[in-house]
Amino acid sequence: MIRITNLQKSFGPLHVLRGIDMTISRGGIFAILGPNGSGKTTLIKSILGMVIPDQGNLVVNGESVSGKSAYRAEIAYLPQIARFPENLRVCELISLVKSIRKEPADYEKELLDAFELQAVLSQKLRNLSGGTRQKVNILLSLMFECPLLILDEPTVGLDPLAMIRLKEIILRRKAAGTTILLTTHIMGLAEALADEVVFLLDGRIYFQGSLDDMIRQSGENDLEHAIARILERRKDSNSASAPGKSFLNKMIAAF
Amino acid sequence: MLKILKFTLYDLLRSRWTIAYFLLYLICAGSLLYFSADPGKAVISLMNILLILCPLVSIMFGVLYFYSSRDFVELLLAQPLPRNSIFTGQYLGVTLSLVTGLSLGLGIPFLFYGIFVSPELMNFGTLLLSGIMLTFIFTGIAFLIAIKNENRIRGFGLALIVWLFMGIIYDGLILIILLIFEDYPLENFVLGMTLFNPVDLSRILLILQLDISALLGFSGAVFKKLFGSSLGMLLVTVLSILWVLVPYLFLRRSASRKDF
Repeated sequence: MIRITNLQKSFGPLHVLRGIDMTISRGGIFAILGPNGSGKTTLIKSILGMVIPDQGNLVVNGESVSGKSAYRAEIAYLPQIARFPENLRVCELISLVKSIRKEPADYEKELLDAFELQAVLSQKLRNLSGGTRQKVNILLSLMFECPLLILDEPTVGLDPLAMIRLKEIILRRKAAGTTILLTTHIMGLAEALADEVVFLLDGRIYFQGSLDDMIRQSGENDLEHAIARILERRKDSNSASAPGKSFLNKMIAAF
Repeated sequence: MLKILKFTLYDLLRSRWTIAYFLLYLICAGSLLYFSADPGKAVISLMNILLILCPLVSIMFGVLYFYSSRDFVELLLAQPLPRNSIFTGQYLGVTLSLVTGLSLGLGIPFLFYGIFVSPELMNFGTLLLSGIMLTFIFTGIAFLIAIKNENRIRGFGLALIVWLFMGIIYDGLILIILLIFEDYPLENFVLGMTLFNPVDLSRILLILQLDISALLGFSGAVFKKLFGSSLGMLLVTVLSILWVLVPYLFLRRSASRKDF
């Protein structure tokens, strides 16, 4: 489904992706995790064609995505920030996305009910709260039947009930055979949903495998502590590989 | 592209900014017509307002819209749409919403005055056409500035400088050159310079249309000689289209290479 080979991307002097090789060939939920600035969003945006890679190859459903747009009909994307044209009504925004997609919105009714959005359909988007805007965002991205779902921090701003409903919807989609890529900072969500973890660190894949393997390898009991341990190790190895700096730190500490 | 255009227009026609822009022209045109009771004089006064206001509002509103719709563009970019159709749709949507505000704001008072049976119809038409052309040009420049500059403060600053340069400083420079080289025949040079600034191009066209070119002295005669001929009008039309097309083509080029 997705094959990424030697993906590299820099923004000015910042080398964000340093040769990502990754293959996702089956259905399931893949959590892309990593600290801030590790390249999660850049990786996702590269798959969607929003970020143009400096090097490497990106193949979705057997087709190289470079400079193309039609392949995105097979992908549903939930962006992290839900900000829409202020003067449009919710129903107008829904009909815009439907008219672009030109496919039946099979899950529209289910999502409208799950997130109680019927009442806000005729409201202007500028009058909605942040949480309701995120629910509209979820509706727009999940209302179509797509083989690939990309969710960037899907739970931002949601109340506990909406969060539970979203988890149920994601699991139902997985059961129907959809491949789901998910980024989140909420480790509980990743633990509850993910079949496989892709852990990015400094623009490289540090670990790819099952959740249990990652926890076992780190010697910790849960995902949160496993990631904390990895980050601590990196910090230690960074300071060990920069003796001058650590000597300077010791000198400063001595004073 | 048409879908993006349609929904951008839906959004912006309800925007307070577009309504305020419409009301501003409505009040200006209405009061000028009411107080002067002479559509010819009203057109001249409106020309001075339009040549300053139209580029300023178009460039600032274009930059503002581009930056405020940045997150929504990400949602659109994830859809099966080519980049060019998204940005062309947005550009045309912003331009047409401003053109609607301008046309209705100027049109309604003149319509009530009975412009269609007035001898000033052509003058009013030229005024409106100049406004529409300036809106297309400066909204295109605004989009180009915004897409090239992630930093919003820099983008707004640059937009303001471009407006200031084309609206005011450019004429000042021409004036300084004329003063320094006053002993030389500079009419053709000034004519050439005029063609490279869309605001000046509109100003000269309007002045000639309004038949007040005598105010420009000898230069006015030279302008009239060129712009009065069919070759001159062809040149003006081609240059106006170029002024719309060049920023738009650069916008397409930048959009296809940009990371979002």
